[in-house]
Amino acid sequence: MTIFLSLIVGLALFFAIGISARAAFRTLAPDHQKPTFRDMPLTASFGIAIILVYVLVSLLGPVIAPFGEGEVVGAQYLPWAAPHYLGTDKLGRDMLTRLVYGARNTVGIAFATTILAFVVGSVLGIWAALVGGWVDNWMSRFVDALMAIPALIFSLLLLTIFGTSVLTLILVIAAVDATRVYRLARSVAQDIVVMDYIEAARLRGENNWRLIRREILPNAMAPLVAEFGLRFCFVFLAISALSFLGLGIKPPTADWGSMVRENATLIAFGDVTPLLPAGAIALLTVAVNFVVDWQLHRASGLKE
Amino acid sequence: MADIWRMIGRRLLLGILTLFVISLVIFGATELLPGDLARELLGQSATEETLAALREQLGLNDPAPLRYLKWLMGVLQGDFGVSMATQKPIAELVGARLGNTMFLALYAAALAIPLSLVLGILAALWRNSIFDRASNALALTSISFPEFFVAYILVLWLAQTGIFPSMVRITGSTTFGDRLYMSFLPALTLTLVVTAHMMRMTRAAIINLLASPYIEMARLKGMSPLRVVLRHAVPNALAPIINVVALNLAYLITGVVIVEVVFVYPGLGQLMVDAVTNRDIAVVQAIALIFATAYVLLNLIADVMSTITNPRLMHRR
Amino acid sequence: MEKQVLLTIKGLQIEGRSGDAWHPIVKGVDLTLHKGEVLGLIGESGAGKSTLGLAAMGFARDGCRISGGTIDFDGIDLRQAPEAQRRGLRGKRIAYVAQSAAASFNPSHKLIDQYCEGPVVHGVMPRKNAESDAVELYRRMRLPNPEDIGFRYPHQVSGGQLQRAMTAMAMACRPDLIIFDEPTTALDVTTQIEVLAAIRDIVRQFGTAAIYITHDLAVVAQMADRIKVLLRGDEVEEADTRSMLAAPKQDYTKSLWAVRSFARAAQPQATGTPVVSVRNVTAGYGAVDVLKDISFDIHAGRTVAVVGESGSGKSTTARVITGLLSPRQGEVLMGGKPLPSSFKARSRDELRQCQMIYQMADTALNPKLRLRELIGRPAEMYLGLKGKALEARIRDLLTLIELEPDKYIDRFPGELSGGQKQRIGIARALAAEPQLIICDEVTSALDQIVQEGILKLLDRLQRELNLAFMFITHDLATVKSIADEVVVMQNGAVVERGPKAALFSAPQEAYTNLLLSSVPEMDPDWLNRLLAARGEHA
Repeated sequence: MTIFLSLIVGLALFFAIGISARAAFRTLAPDHQKPTFRDMPLTASFGIAIILVYVLVSLLGPVIAPFGEGEVVGAQYLPWAAPHYLGTDKLGRDMLTRLVYGARNTVGIAFATTILAFVVGSVLGIWAALVGGWVDNWMSRFVDALMAIPALIFSLLLLTIFGTSVLTLILVIAAVDATRVYRLARSVAQDIVVMDYIEAARLRGENNWRLIRREILPNAMAPLVAEFGLRFCFVFLAISALSFLGLGIKPPTADWGSMVRENATLIAFGDVTPLLPAGAIALLTVAVNFVVDWQLHRASGLKE
Repeated sequence: MADIWRMIGRRLLLGILTLFVISLVIFGATELLPGDLARELLGQSATEETLAALREQLGLNDPAPLRYLKWLMGVLQGDFGVSMATQKPIAELVGARLGNTMFLALYAAALAIPLSLVLGILAALWRNSIFDRASNALALTSISFPEFFVAYILVLWLAQTGIFPSMVRITGSTTFGDRLYMSFLPALTLTLVVTAHMMRMTRAAIINLLASPYIEMARLKGMSPLRVVLRHAVPNALAPIINVVALNLAYLITGVVIVEVVFVYPGLGQLMVDAVTNRDIAVVQAIALIFATAYVLLNLIADVMSTITNPRLMHRR
Repeated sequence: MEKQVLLTIKGLQIEGRSGDAWHPIVKGVDLTLHKGEVLGLIGESGAGKSTLGLAAMGFARDGCRISGGTIDFDGIDLRQAPEAQRRGLRGKRIAYVAQSAAASFNPSHKLIDQYCEGPVVHGVMPRKNAESDAVELYRRMRLPNPEDIGFRYPHQVSGGQLQRAMTAMAMACRPDLIIFDEPTTALDVTTQIEVLAAIRDIVRQFGTAAIYITHDLAVVAQMADRIKVLLRGDEVEEADTRSMLAAPKQDYTKSLWAVRSFARAAQPQATGTPVVSVRNVTAGYGAVDVLKDISFDIHAGRTVAVVGESGSGKSTTARVITGLLSPRQGEVLMGGKPLPSSFKARSRDELRQCQMIYQMADTALNPKLRLRELIGRPAEMYLGLKGKALEARIRDLLTLIELEPDKYIDRFPGELSGGQKQRIGIARALAAEPQLIICDEVTSALDQIVQEGILKLLDRLQRELNLAFMFITHDLATVKSIADEVVVMQNGAVVERGPKAALFSAPQEAYTNLLLSSVPEMDPDWLNRLLAARGEHA
């Protein structure tokens, strides 16, 4: 019964947020952008609205949160009642506060990791596609071999060796993810490199740096931006998974993955509180995926 | 035909080469550590004696290439060494659990593959309909959910009411039927996660082809939409679909780790997480190698299958 | 005797979608077709020919819709009929032959399986009969090995044969009407003849009515009883073939007919050191020699046309000259001095001297750069122009290619028409102030009237700037209008070369003769005469 109720409430919220956000974008958008928002699907406007909320919460975290990040404020596992609107966790810390701080920690770390993975992966990938020959061959073979080790397994191996701290976590996940970005960037760039305008630029005598900067990158941006969204989702889910396994971000830092792990026992008693951070992860990933899907759809529509 | 065998032979060789590189990476990763592995594992407080003992046990006194050769020789004979945490042979620890994990992955695959192919084909057939849009949004949603979220929702919903057990206890005397029943929730979790992916990619692979001139030709020959999709689009989409299936089966390997932890399922993933927590490096290396091997094998099979289904490769000019 | 009417289209309107807006593609066209009659639909790209052809089957492509008018096929209203009934007609009573047979055959099935699908699914005949029928039709289409060819996959059969197999497939249910949508456009001229003859014969033998869609006037003259001219979705005029050819009424039609009359003034024989000499070049990829011992010269102020069918090595020759492919033997001289074989080893000035214009302006211009940068970059790089001087030069160049500088200088290539893009390609080449410009099929992707504009522009620029052109093309009409000298290539070797006039009036080699005689002429009897002369067919 509760499942169906929450489904209905969820759908209603989805439509309410989606429709009102779309209306807002349409009125607020500058004139030349208006057509972009006119035929945007509800999923996309919902996604953008949710992402904006997350960004706000993570920026304003300390202002919004009613208590301190690691502050013990009462008994453990208090029920949902004022002033602890979402109850307390197994150490008696305020759940709502930790959720708010979690936005900052989990999302921030995932974002930093994605950017790192992206810069390394796309620069190497485009460079390999442009230069070709043995450089491309060897680099790609090596990346293929690395990719044959499943991402989570490879991360676990590296974390065993280097130990688990936030810095190693970022470096390890970024390294694993950079291989995927490399593959995409290389294939996107390969499609561009065979174009006549690249041949023309080469015959003109342009150097590689200018070829990448002026000729390849502007044309590779659209797929790379969409891929950034997707990669962010993967990284975000991977970090959450590792934290959930107790191998990622460690308490007392508030983090959504480890919050699920800490309080999982409650689920056996039918309490949904431990699922709130998991839901927070899911909601952001859904939102990003919706927006990326819209962008990809638009890009493919423009091609035809 | 000789061409095909040569091609398959080349793929096989490449697969073996990949595995060799992987074994190098898995083993060599420990060499990336700037300091001493033994000290890193035991921490700063370790005494000289315990450090020396650990070095002896890990064979750290030998030069790296020699250690690698010894390790590789052992692995090839099924000997992965000894676990530091439990002092038991790793092969013994891994043995039964490997079977359990394979069972779970196959169980999920058996549910997910037919389901996603049918859904994907239907979505392509009825593209832009309500069914297509709803299933697309649903699939996107379920791709976005962390596995543990899906798992706990199922626990809340199905285990609370007592329909299915939320923990899996498998002993030697468990019957096959009981196994299926007890593993249902973990298998369902994995199914939900991979079905969405496979369905979306199957749909995309088919829709990609629907713009081809030969599809228009089939429609202009008066063929029904179902026949156009099944007879004209699907055979040409086989290669991408096979690759999608292989990719997702490989993804199951990653997925099992988390699902096994949630449902306390006695499999390799659970063992690996424990080993990582204890920094039991030999065990982690062994399991990583097993997972990677499974991945390479899956891709190899997919490669060979998409070669066989491609008439351009099967029937040369 | 008045023939029975088969197809009547009245006031047909078709719209296509871009974004949320629907814009008209076909604007109220009428069409009547009698049994056994062949109607030629002719027009440039965007005229709505294919869309109209498909509408005759009651079919609109995805993103298009039939928004007005009636389509009556033998008493059946194709707009009102349920989809199932329309499907029953398609392939059975109305068949379709597509432009590219290579892309329109399903790569996963054998030819005969695709042939039999129609008759079996439509319940015309069982599979066994369909198979033997296929062999009979393959024979009539003069396909080699008619018994075996059906058991091959599409990729195992050549383009010209596939096109004939597709016509046979369209005939499978003995339809009343076949739509031919540019069936020979993708073929080489020598192959085109065979396909045209086979199509014409089989349509006559079975008394099938046909709508023959093409942009090539000379082709339609051979095939059609009547011709309808379309322009941007509107009918321009319609008449029977001979009177249409002899006396077109509308200005647009006259201009279409007139295109072929442009010819460059004859030039005296060139003397002195050639701008570029190709000396005994042999080159290739891997172990295969694509070029075998090629030699020719290009002089300043002259155009050398390199002609040949696909695979003859024309474009590879250009790659050797530009330095993208190093020859195995031989060398390329510029102004008498040997050029380094790879462009990477050439000096900036050597690179500047030789510029290239590509066939597809879409892929030759970076879509993310403004015209200012596209044209300005070579001037900035080679000639060191900056600031005001550069701006002035870009404006000069735009004026030179007849585009208004103020209007265009900050546009992106995507905001231009096909012909305008090609002009930008020319301006970019001119910006380097080269001695030689290589034009690789520069007019092939353009409509005839636009082609003429480009050819005239190139001719004018050549006279003003004393440029040398190397003109790669498969289109002999283009050669006739712009070349001074011609190099004929086949299978990587030069078959014949010489001044245009001599080569066209008295070709020395059999292949040159075959190539020249295969170019369709605007005379309805041309194909008959040619076939009779070749003795292939009465």
